[in-house]
Amino acid sequence: MTVTETNAPPPTGTSPGTTPLVEMRDICVSFGGIHAVDHVSVDLYPGEVVGLLGHNGAGKSTLIKVLSGAIKADSGEILVEGEKVEITNPRDARAHNIETIYQTLALADNLDAASNLFLGRELTTPMGFVDDAAMEAETRKIMGRLNSNFKKFADPVKALSGGQRQSVAIARAVYFNAKILIMDEPTAALGPQETKMVAELVQELKKQGIGIFLISHDIHDVMDLCDRVSVMKNGQLVGTERVEDVTDDDILGMIILGKQPEKAA
Amino acid sequence: MTDTASQATTSPKKRGFIETLELDTRLLGMIGAFILVCIAFNIVTDGRFLTARNIFNLTIQTVSVAIMATGMVFIIVTRHIDLSVGSLLATCSATMAMMQTAVLPGWLGLELGSPLIAPITIVVGLLVGALIGSFHGYLVGYLGIPAFIVTLGGLLVWRNVAWYLTNGQTIGPLDETYVDLGGISGTLGETGSWILGLIAVLGALYAIWNGRRAKIAHKFPVKPIWAEMLVATVIIAVILGFVWILNSYQIPGPRLERQFEARGETMPDGYTAAYGVPYSVLLLIGVAVVMTVVARRTRLGRYIFATGGNPDAAELSGINTRLLTVKVFAIMGALCALAGMVASARLSFHSNDIGTLDELRVIAAAVIGGTALSGGIGTIYGAILGALIMQSLQSGMAMVGVDAPLQNIVVGAVLVFAVLIDIIYRKRTGAV
Repeated sequence: MTVTETNAPPPTGTSPGTTPLVEMRDICVSFGGIHAVDHVSVDLYPGEVVGLLGHNGAGKSTLIKVLSGAIKADSGEILVEGEKVEITNPRDARAHNIETIYQTLALADNLDAASNLFLGRELTTPMGFVDDAAMEAETRKIMGRLNSNFKKFADPVKALSGGQRQSVAIARAVYFNAKILIMDEPTAALGPQETKMVAELVQELKKQGIGIFLISHDIHDVMDLCDRVSVMKNGQLVGTERVEDVTDDDILGMIILGKQPEKAA
Repeated sequence: MTDTASQATTSPKKRGFIETLELDTRLLGMIGAFILVCIAFNIVTDGRFLTARNIFNLTIQTVSVAIMATGMVFIIVTRHIDLSVGSLLATCSATMAMMQTAVLPGWLGLELGSPLIAPITIVVGLLVGALIGSFHGYLVGYLGIPAFIVTLGGLLVWRNVAWYLTNGQTIGPLDETYVDLGGISGTLGETGSWILGLIAVLGALYAIWNGRRAKIAHKFPVKPIWAEMLVATVIIAVILGFVWILNSYQIPGPRLERQFEARGETMPDGYTAAYGVPYSVLLLIGVAVVMTVVARRTRLGRYIFATGGNPDAAELSGINTRLLTVKVFAIMGALCALAGMVASARLSFHSNDIGTLDELRVIAAAVIGGTALSGGIGTIYGAILGALIMQSLQSGMAMVGVDAPLQNIVVGAVLVFAVLIDIIYRKRTGAV
């Protein structure tokens, strides 16, 4: 169990005794009087996948943007491996090995795969110029692992299919030794084949001890891939449950009605 | 080997000629349009358009707008616009004119004609340009005022700051060293131009060889040697041809005589000398090379294009897009100062209306050169070629004797037409 939590935390931890990779405590974000995120606390352990569920506008994306540095929280604190950290912009998040795959993919359509993969972290020659050849070589390596069908290295990513674009976004998150990975609707735009690829990737990353926050609408995705789920409604945390303790219906009840499953209450 | 489905094989064969050469079809199209314009005017003017003299004049007239157009590429690529470049040019030019005629000689007691005047003046001009540019960038990037509004205001403000600085007077004559940078009086001469041409050829060959070597080192596919050779040959021919043309423009006899007289000598009989490459063109080439390197090989350039392609993605990738906006506008400002220097040096005086309507020429040059107003796309060489096409049209029409209003009507129509062609081209090829 975590030491600092006192207010009866939901069942936590795949491996009790270890410090969580990330703890977000009592996070509040409001936009012009609307509480988008209202005193929410979640945590994530190494090698664990935590699903974040909720309707559109429930606050999942906002919560996760606080962690990835895209939005600044009004109050609350973030701990990475037990240390309190300040995340005020995406650079801070990256410095703490927090990588995000955004729902929009956040790719610059006019640049090629390698430029996107290394955007903000370009490899440079000793002279200080960007080293396109080296970046393309690295991109070829990692894409060979992730999606061996990927061949369009010279084209701008605009010319790629949805699945190929997704693999570029995933490659970008995985390449830089992420410890904490945030996946916002990673399979929303994908076909069955590519969805399977993402599922396999999630399993592989878990084995490497990476912690993953998975935001999804698809409850089956979540039940298949996640160890725990945290459900949000109207900016508040409904609850966090271990996947094996609850049924699909319990989860749906939490999402729609905002009520705790009976046995865990 | 006998596999008919050649898609599966790794070595792509039977590619088109242009594809094998890995040439940019858009660039080819623009060069084609430029050549067409030149030939057409040459026929209409009975061969007066493509003379060494006219090409020389065309080049030095293009420099000022072309320098600013390279900066405008960065501005438009990041989805902004700068309507104030003509006025900013005027403010920088006025500052530099006052520096060399009033401030340095008068207040600081430098002698007129002192070798220090030109460099100090230029440094001050560049600083003023970069500062004003940064200020625009700050208003746009940090305070969130649309660039259109900031620079529309700037259009009025800086035009009249220039007026205020000079009391609306024409300031001249300007320092002699300074005036050399404008073109006509300052050229490399015949030998110097050939040396420059040789350096350019060597540089081009090195760039081609180095690019090929880097590809081979990473085991990327390279184009066949013959294609490499052909491209190299064309580039060498263009460079040396350009130098040859500028070198065949002879300095008129009376002018040479005056030069000799000024040195207290008499001109030997039959003595001739050619202009060669003007310093201002040298400056433009330098600006083009630096800006291209910035665009392609530096993080700054990468971030400029990424921000233009998807500002949100750039922000989420940890790029400080606000600071980037300041940098882009600062570069634009410094280039306006350089352009102001060339423009006033070419005239050998600063006039109150210097750079009027240049913002339109500069934006047109960038857009004709393939810079997309939706952001993320544009090339430096395209903008320079765009400036050259615009200037050719304008001076060609003047040569033919087209009335001034008609000239402007044609230039305006060409701009719209060029963008239409570009849109059709993009749709056809699916290129971005």
